[in-house]
Amino acid sequence: MSAILEVRDLTHVYGAGTPFERTALDRVSLSIEKGEILGVIGHTGSGKSTLIQHLNGLLRPSAGEVLLNGKPVWDEKGKCDRSVRFRVGLVFQYPEYQLFEETIAKDIAFGPKNMGLSDQETAERVREAMAFVGLGAGLAEKSPFALSGGQKRRVAIAGVIAMRPEVLVLDEPTAGLDPAGRNEILYEIRQYHEETGATVLIVSHSMEDTARMADRMLVMNQAKVMLLDKPEAVFAQAEELTAAGLDVPEITKVFMELRRRGIPVNPAVFTVEQAAAELRRVKQAGRGSEPDGEVKKEC
Amino acid sequence: MSEMIKTEQLRYHYQDEEGRPVTALDGVDLEIGRGEFVAVLGHNGSGKSTLAGHFNAIRLPSGGTVWVDHMDTRVEENTYEIRKNCAMVFQNPDNQIVATVVEEDVAFALENMGVPPEEIRRRVDDALKAVGMYEFREHAPHKLSGGQKQRIAIAGVIAIMPRCVVLDEPTAMLDPRGRREVMEVVRVLNERFGITVVLITHHMDEAIQAGRVVVMHHGRVLMDGAPREIFAQVDALKGASLDVPQTIEILYELNRTGAGLPLAAMSVNECADILQGYLAG
Amino acid sequence: MLKDVTIGQFFPGKSIIHRLDPRVKLVLILALIIALFLAEGVVSYALMIGFLLVIIKVSGIPFRMVVKGLKPILFIICFTAVLNLFYTPGEYIWQYGFLHISREGIFVAVKMVLRIMLLIIGTSMLTYTTSPIQLTDGLERLLSPLKRFHAPVHELSMMMSIALRFIPTLIEETEKIMSAQKARGADFETGGIIQRAKALIPILVPLFISAFRRADELAVAMECRLYRGDVGRTRMKQLKITPLDCAAIAVSFSIFLTVAVLGQAFGL
Repeated sequence: MSAILEVRDLTHVYGAGTPFERTALDRVSLSIEKGEILGVIGHTGSGKSTLIQHLNGLLRPSAGEVLLNGKPVWDEKGKCDRSVRFRVGLVFQYPEYQLFEETIAKDIAFGPKNMGLSDQETAERVREAMAFVGLGAGLAEKSPFALSGGQKRRVAIAGVIAMRPEVLVLDEPTAGLDPAGRNEILYEIRQYHEETGATVLIVSHSMEDTARMADRMLVMNQAKVMLLDKPEAVFAQAEELTAAGLDVPEITKVFMELRRRGIPVNPAVFTVEQAAAELRRVKQAGRGSEPDGEVKKEC
Repeated sequence: MSEMIKTEQLRYHYQDEEGRPVTALDGVDLEIGRGEFVAVLGHNGSGKSTLAGHFNAIRLPSGGTVWVDHMDTRVEENTYEIRKNCAMVFQNPDNQIVATVVEEDVAFALENMGVPPEEIRRRVDDALKAVGMYEFREHAPHKLSGGQKQRIAIAGVIAIMPRCVVLDEPTAMLDPRGRREVMEVVRVLNERFGITVVLITHHMDEAIQAGRVVVMHHGRVLMDGAPREIFAQVDALKGASLDVPQTIEILYELNRTGAGLPLAAMSVNECADILQGYLAG
Repeated sequence: MLKDVTIGQFFPGKSIIHRLDPRVKLVLILALIIALFLAEGVVSYALMIGFLLVIIKVSGIPFRMVVKGLKPILFIICFTAVLNLFYTPGEYIWQYGFLHISREGIFVAVKMVLRIMLLIIGTSMLTYTTSPIQLTDGLERLLSPLKRFHAPVHELSMMMSIALRFIPTLIEETEKIMSAQKARGADFETGGIIQRAKALIPILVPLFISAFRRADELAVAMECRLYRGDVGRTRMKQLKITPLDCAAIAVSFSIFLTVAVLGQAFGL
């Protein structure tokens, strides 16, 4: 696999030179593989939101650089090519607050229009994007403001998908949604990933949701990368995650507790399915034997 | 236990943007006693927030009756007293803070009530201490975190010294840390001050902390009981588009292959206890 | 970016200036403005400059911040200076074509620039040392005699304080919406005036929708917190004129009077 995005010694300081100076990113280096789903977690203020705004050139690094397909996002002259924004599509938190057009189709067309695509191509993209997020074609001419909260969010996500970004970055895509709405959005994101092969970054507070989908997880803490690894490996460090103030899933906590009681379960679980499989395995193996091998990941 | 809130055959209809009638509440009968901590669960559009609006006379019934502290909410003269007895905290902390200084905001309701200045000062300080925000009293609210803002909003209603506080999805816009902070304060309201708490939420881990859970579905009460009873009904909850806490879901999952475990794990420790038994058995 | 504007900002503190009653500060600012227009010569201006320097020193506001507050009106200052410099008739000391500079011109230009600068510094000292809520409170109480004539004094001050409360929120929101639209390729920097104005639609529409939604929610929240206008309302913080206020008024007014007499009667 090759890297699509490379972050090198990236530092970002807000309000430099004022009493409110704050380092949001401190010499962060990492690379994001083409076609992977990367879960990004960390609590508020860990630097994760600042990081993703560098990936599409919205923010300019105070030091260091970001490379997209080997080319710097900001060139030596201090300019950022607008096409980066189309190739790395960023969906902000509560994106429904950015809707502004009279009809859903027009709103989704905003991105493709800015790319300079023809009307025909734009219409095609809008249709495709609406299908990805599960909005019926009959809604195209409706006002986005007449929709429910969850549907508005899907329109906003479609507005970014319509640019057919190679990298799709979503900041808290499920914030404020109920369980049903959350599952639908996550399902659609996975669908987009599978059908287009795009690289996907999901920023979230909820480790369960991200871990379920992600190939790898990036844990940010205090402006630095704390961990970047497969979900199983990240959850194997559940103690450290809790110490860093992150919310590990309840089921992981249960397994940590079982470990503490001396039961030989592998604590690196984060879904109920994994947990059940692990428990059955331990039960069958009988008590006293050590856990062997990694937990099989089921989604 | 005397009742704090009572609804009888409560119905609420409204018209959507295209003029079609929508039934948000379809005959709700509910009694909430003094000092209870009730969580109202339901997916978006289940009617839970509309119900909350009725407890504060923000919304008035299309049919049926709501009594708050034995006062009929439809009688206009009662509105002021009802709001004094049953205060409300909303979802978006930004849109309920009026003042540019924390303590001035907490004082807002008391100033409106015409409380003497020295007493306002005392009650504001007490309320801020109760939510753990006393040291921030002179700060500007917009510089605080979401959880802190929401605690300020709660302090603003505690200062009124109401008998009941209704919280309409107070944690929906917060990060995990903010959610924990707010839930801690909510428990303090109920346990230390004996205030009746009605918590509207779709987070299971919050509902589990309540003494009673009411599940709303399609504008009706689908389930009503202790968290232990409610969360054991995994299929019914899933049918109402709700999740089950992972501590229960794991037991449910194991039961599918005939483990026969009791679905009664309300905490990590209880779950570990049951699983320990399962592995030993 | 938008957050860098310092005009109207408040710097919390415990200095004498911070502790003065807002009503007193408002009256003093008015008096200061009048005094500035009555000042004439070097002596009266020196007195005014000295007065403000002492105020800045006592208030503990960094001098740098005070100067920074002048930045947004730099253009007006320069414009005034140039205008007065070149267009004041009198004894020419330099001439080139139709441009000329007179001795009087230099004097008038310096005077006007000083006047504007002192005016801005004076008023920003008011906002730097007085919280917005105190300011609107002071204003409401100063104007409260007008309530007898059914002027909506309370409502106006309530609106003002809510506006002040929401300005930072809306600025933050504007920045968020701008970033979100930029992420969809919106371009706010190039193109002609019409194109740029059109580019603002994707920002303004969501901003207005959100502002109205906020207003709606806030109104409900205020009602729930028992707001019903001015009826039977009390205040937590009572304004009281203290000996400090009296002393401040006495000192300031004697300086302003001296300036007025020196400036107007003696032309100094």
